[in-house]
Amino acid sequence: MPPSSSTTTAEPMIVFDGVVKQFGDNVVLSELDFTVAPGEHVTLIGPSGSGKTTILRLLMTLEKVNRGTIHVGGKCLSHMDKGGKRVPADDKYCREVRKRIGMVFQQFNLFPNMTVRGNLIEAPCRVLGLSKEEANARAEELLELVGLSGKIDEHPTRLSGGQQQRVAIARALAMRPDVLLLDEVTSALDPELVAGVLALLRDIGETTDITILCVTHEMGFARDFSHRVMMFDRGKVVEDAPPSELFTQPREQRTRDFLRAVLDRH
Amino acid sequence: MSPLWDWDYAWSILPDLLRALVVTIQITLLGSLVALVLGLVIAVLRRARIPVVDRVLWALVEFIRSTPLLVQVFFLFFVLPQFGIVLSAFVVGVIGLGVHYATYTSEVYRAGIDAVPRGQWEAATALSLSRSRTWTGVILPQAIPRVLPALGNYVISMFKEVPLLIGIGVVEVVNEAREIASETFRPVEPYTIAGLLFLLLSYPASMLVRRLERRRAAV
Repeated sequence: MPPSSSTTTAEPMIVFDGVVKQFGDNVVLSELDFTVAPGEHVTLIGPSGSGKTTILRLLMTLEKVNRGTIHVGGKCLSHMDKGGKRVPADDKYCREVRKRIGMVFQQFNLFPNMTVRGNLIEAPCRVLGLSKEEANARAEELLELVGLSGKIDEHPTRLSGGQQQRVAIARALAMRPDVLLLDEVTSALDPELVAGVLALLRDIGETTDITILCVTHEMGFARDFSHRVMMFDRGKVVEDAPPSELFTQPREQRTRDFLRAVLDRH
Repeated sequence: MSPLWDWDYAWSILPDLLRALVVTIQITLLGSLVALVLGLVIAVLRRARIPVVDRVLWALVEFIRSTPLLVQVFFLFFVLPQFGIVLSAFVVGVIGLGVHYATYTSEVYRAGIDAVPRGQWEAATALSLSRSRTWTGVILPQAIPRVLPALGNYVISMFKEVPLLIGIGVVEVVNEAREIASETFRPVEPYTIAGLLFLLLSYPASMLVRRLERRRAAV
């Protein structure tokens, strides 16, 4: 069950501390602080360019912070301890921390040179050191979960967008991550395929205790999937509240404007 | 007066020319091996963008591309012995052609690598794949098939450049033809046969490359 805000005695899974990220002169995140508890589902909403995706990309170490620190599971993403001194993280350390984090992308990013099976067992075999049999068993189990049991030897390019995204979700889960990052995972899908993928994510949310950070424009999904919704604008958190509050009685004018604009569109 | 084309004479010189053709093919294959492997190494190293290494490789590639192959071959064959490095003409041919063409194949590989979407790198990172596995398991298997036709074309051009090694006395087809012609004072048959031998191999090879291209386009 979702950890309510009263159980914050446990060490947070994700900590952003004074994080600044800029691309050239463009400040995408300014002095961002927030924490996410283990098992919590947090949805990031806000206008495009507000820095939501950048947060996920920083967590996945696809981008580097300019200032501040990010901790995942108590480990700093940018620095490591070496003989009692704080030094920039090296490749090996980064990979070790990254193992605990999985990401699903808007464009799926499956490896087209491998079959579905190849996509699913690649990292478990190569990174976690699972045997072929173990990895295969895990792949089959996950494909069943995402409803694609018959497709294990297909090539990703022969699957529909919705199916590809399900495989991508299975691929991320195959690493048994503590943290799962969902970056607009339904934005590139045909409308009739969106519901299925969202239902799958709800299912995963209910049956696992993975900490999930999610960027989405699907407000209905955000409402019933998340424990907390953070509204972003220009690199700052405008409002941070449970969905029951944020969607029904937003405190901030900026949030009200955004929600009205988004809901009008549907 | 003897006829312009003497079949008996043509048949009699064919075995020698074929033997020389084998040398040409050997140099082409070994040179291609050097060009394909070294070009790949250069492309991958340059992609890593290690500051000093990148400048050095850039300078090397520009230098080799901006100077004639014949000068490079002469340098390897006539200048290196002054420093105690003596290489046979055959080895100089393989290294000279291989390194020269590596600077071109490296650009071909680079184009193929750049064509792999950024999302593939990011997915590899998200799965914590090591750098070497990202290259060998994800990037190169997508990049290389795309550029096979272009690489094939360079192998064919290299094949046609082997006669340049006449300058250092490698007995390839054209050199053999020249020797025959100067001994018999009959240049028509040897040079014609030499040209035909090149045509006979180059043409099917380029047809093969074109088919590869069409297959890539169809995917």
